[in-house]
Amino acid sequence: MEHAVILVYSTSHAMRIEKLLATRGTVCKLIPVPRHLSSDCGVCVRVSRADIETARSVVAESGIEIEGIHEIWPI
Amino acid sequence: MNRNPNLIYLDNAATSWPKPPQVAAAMTRFLEETGANPGRSGHRLSVDAARLVFETREQVARLFNAPDPLRVTFALNVTEALNLALHGLLRPGDHIITSSMEHNSVMRPLRHLEKRGVAVTVVPCSPEGFLNPANVESAIRPNTTLIALNHASNVTGTLLPVRAAGEIARRHNLLLLADVAQTAGAYPLDMQVDNIDLLAFTGHKSLYGPTGTGGLVLGTRVDESKLSALKQGGTGTRSEREEQPEFLPDKYESGTPNAVGLAGLGAGLDWIMARGVNSIRQHEMTLCRKLMGGLREISGVTVYGPRDANLRTAVISFNIAGLPPSEVGLRLDEDYGILCRVGLHCAPAAHRTLGTFPAGTVRFGLGAFNINRDIDATLAAIQQLVTDHCSHGTRRHPRLLHQPRHAD
Repeated sequence: MEHAVILVYSTSHAMRIEKLLATRGTVCKLIPVPRHLSSDCGVCVRVSRADIETARSVVAESGIEIEGIHEIWPI
Repeated sequence: MNRNPNLIYLDNAATSWPKPPQVAAAMTRFLEETGANPGRSGHRLSVDAARLVFETREQVARLFNAPDPLRVTFALNVTEALNLALHGLLRPGDHIITSSMEHNSVMRPLRHLEKRGVAVTVVPCSPEGFLNPANVESAIRPNTTLIALNHASNVTGTLLPVRAAGEIARRHNLLLLADVAQTAGAYPLDMQVDNIDLLAFTGHKSLYGPTGTGGLVLGTRVDESKLSALKQGGTGTRSEREEQPEFLPDKYESGTPNAVGLAGLGAGLDWIMARGVNSIRQHEMTLCRKLMGGLREISGVTVYGPRDANLRTAVISFNIAGLPPSEVGLRLDEDYGILCRVGLHCAPAAHRTLGTFPAGTVRFGLGAFNINRDIDATLAAIQQLVTDHCSHGTRRHPRLLHQPRHAD
């Protein structure tokens, strides 16, 4: 499946976004940040590409500043 | 929970004990099943550990009605949280107002900062520990930036007018720092209603968590760019940069956190919220009224602090005429298995206010797990100590009221 990842600044921000997505019934997974996107050693939030819009609205609602949302493909 | 029937634990104001059984269970579960470094590595156990820490952050925010769980910073204890607030906010030339009932966790950082050019005003309290908010307002100077108060005294349990001081702070565009070490979990607290801008708490007292947990919660009036961090280091985020991140909570949380402790604190918070702070308060104050009333009836006993239970928490300081507090504490422990704390309780200013400096007092700190029988046995023991003292001076009396604890 094709995915997108939300790159966040803090692990706590990832936790918050995960919880907000769950309240909308959107499944996500916290994964290590893909090296080609960032040299950050923390986690990011992976969602299905179909859920990108939900993810954008959840992030906007949370007021959390993110680094960006990137589409990723299976390697 | 295993209550040792031969011990009566009245030192909850220092550290609560016993804890709800869920606390140890959560900590064991963390060590056995989760165990990893929270959020550092991105694998499932690391993410699970980070989730547990975050859930505790959310519970703290819920209990204190904080604006946002991300504004909860964890620390080792309330002392570290207070140091973060005081060292982080105060600059040479600033003026801070505090009370004469503070613990050394506030007084010592302030005396240290005073040598570096911070002006400190200590507003005197009454001999019962009461603070008149009007005296706080009249101490304000053009360079005042902060008011720091404990919510309740760790010596007498006297409640300080945090909400009124917070109103004054808002009127004068200052910040209010509240040390809630003695009230968090034992007295209703709401950062927004109580006008608290920075709330410093500890996990190991009436939040029923383990030692090594605590934190500082920031209200919306605090500009984090003006609150510098006590330490810098790894946060598991923005690792490509050698500068400390500015976002919350990472700015203040360098180094691997006490995740096992925070798992325990989370279980303590669950327990408090299920039982209800008001119901815990009611239980403790019923016992407190009985203990205060009983102590006052024993001749030669002086009880300090407010008589009115509505104006205090369940911390009782007293003295027995002619018996030093250290002797009372030792005899309660050795002869009766009653554990309390004697002396100055790390609060010399408070004892000067009460007139009990430098000898100090005997302090009973009640908790949610104390029961009526503890109070009866304690009152009987104090009565016996007084009787023995009157008939034999300070000589140790061999008669025991109550079976001594076993060496187990």
